Amino acid sequence: MIDLVKQYWQQYLWGTLAHPTGLVITLWLTVASLGLGFVLAVPLAIAKVSTNRWLSIPVALYTYVLRGTPLYVQLLLLYSGVYSLDAVRSTPFLNGFFRDAFNCTILAFTLNTAAYTTEIFAGAMRATPRGEIEAARAFGMSGLTLYRCIILPSALRRALPAYSNEVILMLHATTLAATATVPDILKVARNASSDYYLPFVAYGIAALLYLCITFALIRLFRSAERRWLAYLR
Amino acid sequence: MDKLIVEDLHKKYGNNEVLKGVSLRAKAGDVISIIGSSGSGKSTLLRCINFLERPDAGRYFLNGEPIELQRNRLGELIVADPGQLRRMRIKLAMVFQHFNLWLHLTALENVIEAPIHVLGLTRTEAIARARRDLAKVGLSQEIEKMYPAHLSGGQQQRVAIARALAMDPEVMLFDEPTSALDPELVGEVLRVMQKLATEGRTMIVVTHEMSFARNVSSHVIFLHQGRIEEEGPPSAVLETPKSERLQQFLVGTMR
Repeated sequence: MIDLVKQYWQQYLWGTLAHPTGLVITLWLTVASLGLGFVLAVPLAIAKVSTNRWLSIPVALYTYVLRGTPLYVQLLLLYSGVYSLDAVRSTPFLNGFFRDAFNCTILAFTLNTAAYTTEIFAGAMRATPRGEIEAARAFGMSGLTLYRCIILPSALRRALPAYSNEVILMLHATTLAATATVPDILKVARNASSDYYLPFVAYGIAALLYLCITFALIRLFRSAERRWLAYLR
Repeated sequence: MDKLIVEDLHKKYGNNEVLKGVSLRAKAGDVISIIGSSGSGKSTLLRCINFLERPDAGRYFLNGEPIELQRNRLGELIVADPGQLRRMRIKLAMVFQHFNLWLHLTALENVIEAPIHVLGLTRTEAIARARRDLAKVGLSQEIEKMYPAHLSGGQQQRVAIARALAMDPEVMLFDEPTSALDPELVGEVLRVMQKLATEGRTMIVVTHEMSFARNVSSHVIFLHQGRIEEEGPPSAVLETPKSERLQQFLVGTMR
């Protein structure tokens, strides 16, 4: 057991500068897909709550498909499926993008979390008190200003508890990256386990690392809620 | 000088005609009280003035300038130019029955939000203006950092009045500003409104407070079933009502 730790601790945490592995990769996957997912989700949520059907129906379809299929299947489709298409391989840009497991993984995670986040934000926007929107209109706000000043700040705050859940679920979902050969914490644990035949120790270390990240995330969101949801207390 | 003229306003909800040709004229310094039983159309009238409700027919003049209207797909009237609608709403600040403060913003932030993002004031200018108006409605600097949920109803409504004042409006619209308040908090809001009236603010007030209508307003409009049944100076309308309906209504409010 000591040998396993001695040999693998660095890979569990960061690997090498040239080949980062473990915790660093897991964090990067989480942050990148959540960050990109957030950027996508805000406009998608606005489109989803729009009264214009040309905007809301495509988004509804998108969230339905992405939430209606397992993330694992989505990952396999993008990682193995897409690259098997001739049209993709014959286009230099697409070929380069989809050949890289890391790109496929981030893309799959981003699209998936964007779908869930869109629903969370759209729900929060729909819950904006009508009177607040009415007051904003009465004071000359409309369109972008109304969203930027009133609806989004109010809705994103309200979405915080549900969104923190999505963040933690996303962290745990990054373990799927290991199946696409991305060297995250779980992948290192697998290697260590098969190397030393000590699955309990190898996976136990992985579990502890995930637990630590989750703990940090919970702390982070608690202080965020204390700050941005102060008006509810 | 006429600040606001609204002519021949009609509004239907389905088959129910709520406003059947109502006209209203506010000169500078006028305080117009709109009274009437519930369902008489008084709130709808006020909300049609700044297009929170879209009328079916009517003409508008703000500071003598006609507001150009067009019909939307539902056949309702909307302001043809969104820019003109915004300029119009800036000049007609509204105070709501349920305050409608932005709950995620502090008292001060509520007051500076529209001046910054709609009028284009700098933050420093807006804060100076907000402090002036919060002081005017009798709120101390201590409540600046408090959120609406932590204020009493009377304080919330006074923040809402400060929010309206900070727009430097030409006409202030009050939609039953004391109806949602506990009885002991009504006075503090009415006193602020009275102060604004004596300063020469032009105000249109939908109200159930007969003492306010009698003592503060310069003109009283009694609405009944979507029509103006009687109007005039409060001494005439409230002391010597001509129509039977108004007499009944006034007797009802005495009780």
